[in-house]
Amino acid sequence: MTEFRVLNSRAPRVDAAGKATGRAKYADDLTMPGMLYGAILQSPIAHGKILNIDTSKAKKLRGVKAVVTAKEAGLVKYGVSPARYDETLFAHDKVRYVGDEIAAVAAVDLETAQEAVQLIKVDFEELPAVFDMFEAMKEGAPQLHDEYPNNITAEVHQEFGDTEAAFAECDFVMDHTFLNKRQDAAFIEPHACIAVFDLDGKLTLHTATQVPHYVMRTVAMVLGIPVGNVRVVKPYVGGGFGPKAEATPLEMGAALLSRQTLKPVKMVYSREQVFLHSRARHQFYAEMSLGMKNDGTMVALKNKAVLDGGAYTSFGIATVYYSGSLLGGPYKLKAMKYDGYRIYTNKPACGAQRGHGGVAHRAAFEQLLDKTAVKLGMDPIELRLKNIMTTGDVTINELDMSSLGMKECIEAVRNGSDWNNKKGKLPKGKGIGMACGFFVSGAGYPIYRSDTYHSTVVIKMSEDGGIVNVLTGSAEIGQGSDTVVAMIAAETLGVPLECVRVTSGDTDLSMDLGAYSSRQTLMTGHATKEAAEQVKKQIVDVLAHEMNCHPSSIEFRNGKVLFDGGPGDFRHIRTNYVKEHRGWTDPPTDDYLTFKEAARIAYLKLGTLVGTGKYKPPRLGGAYKGAAVGTSPAYGCSAQVVEVTVDMETGQVTVDDMTDAHDCGLAINRTSVEGQMQGSLSMGLGETLFEEVKFDSRGRILNPNLGEYRIPTALDMPNVNCIIVESNEPNGPYGAKEVGEGAIMPTIPAILNAIYDATGVRINELPVTSERLFMALKKKEGV
Amino acid sequence: MKRIIQMTVNGEPVELAIEPNRTLLQVLREDLELTGTKHGCGLGDCGACTVILDGAPVNSCLVLAVQANGREVLTIEGLEENGDLHPIQKAFVEKGAIQCGFCTSGMILSAKALLDHNPRPSEIDIRTAISGNLCRCTGYQKIVEAIQAASETMAGSGGDAR
Repeated sequence: MTEFRVLNSRAPRVDAAGKATGRAKYADDLTMPGMLYGAILQSPIAHGKILNIDTSKAKKLRGVKAVVTAKEAGLVKYGVSPARYDETLFAHDKVRYVGDEIAAVAAVDLETAQEAVQLIKVDFEELPAVFDMFEAMKEGAPQLHDEYPNNITAEVHQEFGDTEAAFAECDFVMDHTFLNKRQDAAFIEPHACIAVFDLDGKLTLHTATQVPHYVMRTVAMVLGIPVGNVRVVKPYVGGGFGPKAEATPLEMGAALLSRQTLKPVKMVYSREQVFLHSRARHQFYAEMSLGMKNDGTMVALKNKAVLDGGAYTSFGIATVYYSGSLLGGPYKLKAMKYDGYRIYTNKPACGAQRGHGGVAHRAAFEQLLDKTAVKLGMDPIELRLKNIMTTGDVTINELDMSSLGMKECIEAVRNGSDWNNKKGKLPKGKGIGMACGFFVSGAGYPIYRSDTYHSTVVIKMSEDGGIVNVLTGSAEIGQGSDTVVAMIAAETLGVPLECVRVTSGDTDLSMDLGAYSSRQTLMTGHATKEAAEQVKKQIVDVLAHEMNCHPSSIEFRNGKVLFDGGPGDFRHIRTNYVKEHRGWTDPPTDDYLTFKEAARIAYLKLGTLVGTGKYKPPRLGGAYKGAAVGTSPAYGCSAQVVEVTVDMETGQVTVDDMTDAHDCGLAINRTSVEGQMQGSLSMGLGETLFEEVKFDSRGRILNPNLGEYRIPTALDMPNVNCIIVESNEPNGPYGAKEVGEGAIMPTIPAILNAIYDATGVRINELPVTSERLFMALKKKEGV
Repeated sequence: MKRIIQMTVNGEPVELAIEPNRTLLQVLREDLELTGTKHGCGLGDCGACTVILDGAPVNSCLVLAVQANGREVLTIEGLEENGDLHPIQKAFVEKGAIQCGFCTSGMILSAKALLDHNPRPSEIDIRTAISGNLCRCTGYQKIVEAIQAASETMAGSGGDAR
């Protein structure tokens, strides 16, 4: 297995030292000469007609350089999915949530810009608003968008197999409902950007984004400039988790203001504005029925979803599809039916967040399996193992599990947690629970319909042969993609990791769809490998000619060149190299020809050595409507066991232990894989126990800060026993696939199942605050 | 009206004329260009702006710059010595304690303040010391491991408590 020299190691991240010393630059760390500061006017009411906007006072304020509204911005509709472009940069006819953007100002400093925003006078005619998704679906409810009656953004109806017949042959049916709460991604870095327009109409936008490519396209479309004239550059990003995977009014506003003023314009969201912009996890309601045989065979699943999407669609169409498609596995089913509705309400728009669309319905399903196991008197692990899919299985909705170490993960957490000695044997107030899940390793299709490559990578050798420059548009957002790309390049070329330099996140460097749907290790990884192979071939061919040997006899290993496995007689090449390098400070003395010498010799023949790699998935998925969502070249999967202590007097839950096994294919970097596992579990723990964005009766967020919107601290999160399971994914570069999102899928239900084990109470609404659990315990006692 | 303040930042004396309503965070980032200190919330909730003020960790977004007059400030930029990373920085790099990096500066300074006062902390000591520093990426485990490793290195090398 350990044939690798760089991959599968615990190499420190390539960006770690820069980040440890404060050198790494994030968007808000950038300044430019003559830079202006922007601020946005946001709606104070949840729903209303805009009667008049008066910017005259704001324009007169000293230091104000530009004030823009829909009049200047135009009314180009945009969004995430072209099927549902329902936003304009600034509201023009009406506002739909507290926070809807109305105008923006650029001024000489932030204080002046903020003061000017306060001077813009907007006359509204307030309209009735609706904040609850079920209310919003009713006849007569306030309507947010005329084009979408009953506030239904998107509706999905899918059936695989004959559900009715399958249920008819079942011995019993188990039902379950589940409700989560709207979440905030709570990345520590608020959105920030600087836009700079050149005199020739070209825009450079430095921005904290997960998706430079999509931001480039959206900004170009909304501002009406050719896509080729927009360059998006992503500095280091302080976390994204989904909400930074779409263009923001901040980015478009800054670009527009820069065009108006011909000055660089910087804009930053306050923490409150991060909450108002949202685009984070939807609220989901799940209603499920599972048809079972008495021997524990799963037969059929009915799944209904209602999603509270807020005022605009954002990722919502994909989200509501994912809630159905990601239940097709990892268990075998004969039939599956899904009905999903995504609903508009007068709240900030929800979008994608880690485990996009799948997390809540996975939680419901895995709780349902726990209930089923109780009814059958079966160990929940045995129930899962009995129905588990393995490598090569295809789900009922045609997702191809080209590798699936699900069974191995389950067995790993069973052993790793000492499950057999604990399950059913813990005292009251202590509980153990488990769950499984899987996730895509890169969406099978881009968000807009296109034959585009999903990733291209350019590798350019330095002229001296010593440095491998990897140039990519992919987005390092903290997950470690620069390190993955560097490691794949180093492995492929046979050089030490220190010889690789990665420049990323710039749309001028290469095409890459960006950091979402856990795609970069697989897709950018493939493109990197191909680019490196091209460079390697160029060098090998030149060497073969020089040495008069066959290319297949040449190997690069750890920065050295081997001919037929040995040093070979390379003296004439070295002599040539040394002559070239008279006066250079590092003459080669190695017993082997070095890669650097070889690359220099190849440069002398060929000019600058450049390799380009590209990747797009093959056509994936079925022919039914919505079949694209959920397809992926590969699927990562994971199993978790959680142990909790419940204070039976107060309902307080403490998570004591977590055991997580994840199949990520080949672990490119073992430390990074564990980091993704631990981070996913931490987010899942927060969502289960604390996290809820709360609103008052007029649609204003009650807790738009990280004090009252609680995320896990170091005192809430236990250590995780991480077990890396490595299948060999045929569609992944060197057999690798995702870990960043699959790892969150089992966390919520594993905790909920542990709480049931501890208390005998089944909680089906998040978050499990001590109050909620206390009331449930009292209710149970009362029965 | 601007006020003149004098403070020591990373061992260097600094004298500045600043508006009295500006925070230490703003002055560090904007006037002194020490952007390693991060602005995450401006409310004292996230800890990304943690610096060490006269030996104690503080949220620099909650300290007015005038309050730092006559005092010593240590930021992330002041930890390296002769181009070598501080043992805590080294441990963060080696143990994988850094993902997005936005909490890292504050986290390292909270760790340093802890180790300066308590060179051999228990796991719970460490977790308590960094409980005001939010991290959304790591789940804290590798951060705790890094601080443990740094405490061992520092104790081994005579407990260098700069």
